[in-house]
Amino acid sequence: MADRKQKAAPEEPKAAQGNGGTRFTRRGFLKGAGAGAVTAAVAPAMLVSGARTASAQEAEGVMAGTVTLDVNGQTHNVEVEARTTLADALRDRLEITGPKVVCDRGECGACTVVMDGKLVFSCMTLAMDAQGRKIETVEGLADGDNLHPLQEAFIEKDALMCGFCTPGFLMSSKELLDANNNPTPEEVREGLSGNICRCGTYPHVFEAVMSAAEKMRKGG
Amino acid sequence: MRNFSYVNATSIEQVPSLLGRSWDDAVVMAGGTDLVGEMKDYAAVPKRVVNLKSIEGLDYIRQDDAGLRIGALTTLTDVLENSAVSQELPVLHQAVSVIASPQIRNMATLAGNILQRPRCWYYRSEDFPCLKKGGARCYAVGGVNTYHAIFGSGPSYIVHPSDAAPALMALGATVHVHGPRGGDEVLMDDFFTMPEMNIRRENILRPNEIVTEISIPKPEANSKGMYLKVRERESIDFALVSLAAQMTVVNGTCERASLVLGGVAPIPWRAVEAEDYLRGRRITEARAESAAEAAVEDAAPMPHNGYKVEIAKNLVKQAVRALAS
Repeated sequence: MADRKQKAAPEEPKAAQGNGGTRFTRRGFLKGAGAGAVTAAVAPAMLVSGARTASAQEAEGVMAGTVTLDVNGQTHNVEVEARTTLADALRDRLEITGPKVVCDRGECGACTVVMDGKLVFSCMTLAMDAQGRKIETVEGLADGDNLHPLQEAFIEKDALMCGFCTPGFLMSSKELLDANNNPTPEEVREGLSGNICRCGTYPHVFEAVMSAAEKMRKGG
Repeated sequence: MRNFSYVNATSIEQVPSLLGRSWDDAVVMAGGTDLVGEMKDYAAVPKRVVNLKSIEGLDYIRQDDAGLRIGALTTLTDVLENSAVSQELPVLHQAVSVIASPQIRNMATLAGNILQRPRCWYYRSEDFPCLKKGGARCYAVGGVNTYHAIFGSGPSYIVHPSDAAPALMALGATVHVHGPRGGDEVLMDDFFTMPEMNIRRENILRPNEIVTEISIPKPEANSKGMYLKVRERESIDFALVSLAAQMTVVNGTCERASLVLGGVAPIPWRAVEAEDYLRGRRITEARAESAAEAAVEDAAPMPHNGYKVEIAKNLVKQAVRALAS
């Protein structure tokens, strides 16, 4: 088996484990310290957006900063830590709670949002990476009191039981129909394959999407 | 997830200096679909994360006479939707089509896919300080090893989780690496390392090196390829066993076979014995069977994963039959 061993990589230098002392503990960032409250000011140099020149400050990076999130056409300035996910920023800071955090590992689809026209898992997206991107959540689907055809179809076809996965399914369905308003049942299943429904309502969900597609093609 | 300092890299050249001499200092992030999960599970606790998405011009698929060059930041969706890939490299197209889910494919990059860390449940659990994390033992030995390796002799029994890597290896792809001393090129076959060589990582990359491009030579005129993947769920699941196969068959005789198994070893596993057996032979049902036997000759399953041997055999048989017809 010697031929399998190939080139040896160098030994990693033994560095101290952990990152003692760098944990960010500012009270304003602790969950529960006032929902959504934007507290202490952040030094301008810590802003995430802006100049692209590699100053010493930028090479060090930022552990927290203000990001501008464009959610359903409204912009919000939000203070986040580097580790804050988009899902947490939306839910805990902006109280946009359509995206659900269930598995929190990019496997279940409940946190699905559309970012710059593409489906993404908001639980696996850093809030800082969402800076300036166009984010759509289920809250932006209806036009005032007028439900989106997909929402109507979900109700009509009884496409939810507990409903916890529904916002994710709706966003995946919307992106699917935005790209192709005449999908085959197989394309619907593939398009929704990143969303899990533990109640097992899949047949009704697929039916609802097909029905909404038909309605939307007719201009409904 | 422990907080970290986040840096937006602006050029490839700048990256080595933003990284450190140890993986605990700094890591790079592209799509983040693997790293963010690792950080949430404390399998990775970097002090600094260097964002590569802020580097412009690393997202491309270019075709020339030599083949295809794919920039490291190209998303899996872009690879999947590329017509040169689907027409000329079906093994890669099929492999990417069965990776995770649409959301992940929109976020994840091709380079990130081949650099994924193990999905071993002991490695991903904070409660098990395993060999891969600098600990003293591999918990798959004597533990529940249903999803672990059937090839290799330890000391770690993780399997490589990538679907794209076996396909790229079967195609003879080259990885382009950038480090403090500039650029380098490494064949996929020489890129991955077995645990006895480097217990903490799965490839030759040093902590201050990154992948910048993957180039794929144009396949031989008469060659055909396919990717087969067996998994428990039909979506969002890693392979129990997968096979990337690229074969050149002329008048029923195999001139060259490139067979790489996924999900069975700590690295994408080239079935050398099966490739050697097939070369120059006319493909028959009995020979497809013999090739399958040869592919698992070296298999040494653990108490709970013997089923993988049977799956691997069946995939080799299926692919050899299909590509010879």
